[in-house]
Amino acid sequence: MATTNVVTNEQYNYDIVRKFTIMTLVWGAVGMLVGVYIASELAFPFLNLDTPYITFGRLRPVHTGAVIFGFGGSALFATSYYVVQRTCQARLFGDGLANFTFWGWQAIIVLAALGHVMGYSQGREYAEMAWPVDVLIAVVWVAYAAVFIGTIMKRKQPHIYVANWFYLAFILATALLHIFNNLAIPYSLTGSYSLFSGAQDAMTQWWYGHNAVGFFLTAAFLGMMYYFVPKQAGRPVYSYRLSIIHFWALIFLYMWAGSHHLHWTAIPDWTSTLAATFSIMLLLPSWGGMINGIMTLSGAWEKLRTDPIMRFLIVSLSFYGMSTFEGPMMSLKDVNALSHYTDWTVGHVHSGALGWVAMITFGAMYHLVPRLWNTQIHNPKLINVHFWLATIGILLYIVAMWISGIMQGLMWRAFDDFGNLQYSFVETVAAMFPFYVMRALGGAFFLTGMVIMCYNMFRTIRKGNANVAASIATAAA
Amino acid sequence: MEWLMWFTQFENTKPLALVIFFTVFCAVLFYVFGSRQRGARLESYKNMPFLDEHQDVKGN
Repeated sequence: MATTNVVTNEQYNYDIVRKFTIMTLVWGAVGMLVGVYIASELAFPFLNLDTPYITFGRLRPVHTGAVIFGFGGSALFATSYYVVQRTCQARLFGDGLANFTFWGWQAIIVLAALGHVMGYSQGREYAEMAWPVDVLIAVVWVAYAAVFIGTIMKRKQPHIYVANWFYLAFILATALLHIFNNLAIPYSLTGSYSLFSGAQDAMTQWWYGHNAVGFFLTAAFLGMMYYFVPKQAGRPVYSYRLSIIHFWALIFLYMWAGSHHLHWTAIPDWTSTLAATFSIMLLLPSWGGMINGIMTLSGAWEKLRTDPIMRFLIVSLSFYGMSTFEGPMMSLKDVNALSHYTDWTVGHVHSGALGWVAMITFGAMYHLVPRLWNTQIHNPKLINVHFWLATIGILLYIVAMWISGIMQGLMWRAFDDFGNLQYSFVETVAAMFPFYVMRALGGAFFLTGMVIMCYNMFRTIRKGNANVAASIATAAA
Repeated sequence: MEWLMWFTQFENTKPLALVIFFTVFCAVLFYVFGSRQRGARLESYKNMPFLDEHQDVKGN
């Protein structure tokens, strides 16, 4: 490891990190607002207002696009650009190219959302965007890869820190997934036919869908974890060697697990079994990584009481552990026979998305913003308020979905003494009503926390800008 | 090229894949934990996020 003071006069490109940081907050608030609205629509359908543009079917991809690609994607751009510069001790490669990734990525989110509201969709989960947007994504992603790899290539440190391995795997895998899942023949400016059909198409979609979770929402955020948890804790990661095992095992195993989304369908049975087997094996690297992150705090557990940012980071790892236990369990064919197509899946996704992805992002952003704007957090107490609102919100959400989902599954498979289905479908829908209200309430808690964070960060950024203006004025005088 | 047909049978490729991946996994384990000196070097990389902490790092 090089120990020279090579960075003393190095200028990092923080401008691009700041831009993506701001858009992380904006898309987080927008995406979660849409999420709460569509959750409320499911409980109170009159909220559709007889307007096709705001029906659940159109707003749902707006929600997933805004939170996954807008909020999560912007957070990953921001943190990866920050981490790669800090750990390589080199300025970001290609300022213009980095700026292109920012404007290109924001255009993608807006175009995708407008397209969904207008009713254009290619009907592929988490990849609903019409083909011209897909092409733009591919171009922006190649630019992103060039910026990231270019920075690594001009690093001052001989070793590449493990967080960058995770980011790099995420960039490469996402390119691969995006391109193959979206291979299509266009028939108009907004429509296309997939190159795949039938069971092959289903398997391609869930190869993409599961690995979007695996590489976009897991590996990349693990990169975030391997930098921001040690930094916030003020101590290095528990075991670097464990992080190496974690990386290679996770990267290898994830790609094989997608078909567990298609249990009991027309796909070959062996693909189902293979996916379930790899899903069970995934528990080991997932928990290895979780333990590595949490044990970083070993000997400094009091930080959990005193540092709300640390609380965000460690609770996110707890949710990561919980959802990576729940996932393999749900991939078992017998469990899946009950859980599939029910709200249990929705609850599982959100325990990962809110508990892991959003919480680690909040922790990273609270760490990042004061450093980027060279100031102090406007009101540290509000971080604590945000933490509890978010935690209560997640718990309300996932408990509601667990109860609703298991109840749904049990009602669908219940038979009476004559072998007829015991419940009609509409009876199962009616039974879910209280849990849909509870879910919307949980989402509202989470959204309120997000809005408080936006306010706190807005005031922090304004303070930082005011400090800069004051120091410029002093220097001029 | 007849020998390539051997790879088209799942009865052959599944155990082959198992042997290859298990060997690679063992090799990674050996690389990481096999040598005390290498282990110490690898563990030293965990301090990388702190290397520029006390230096005057400017961003724009």
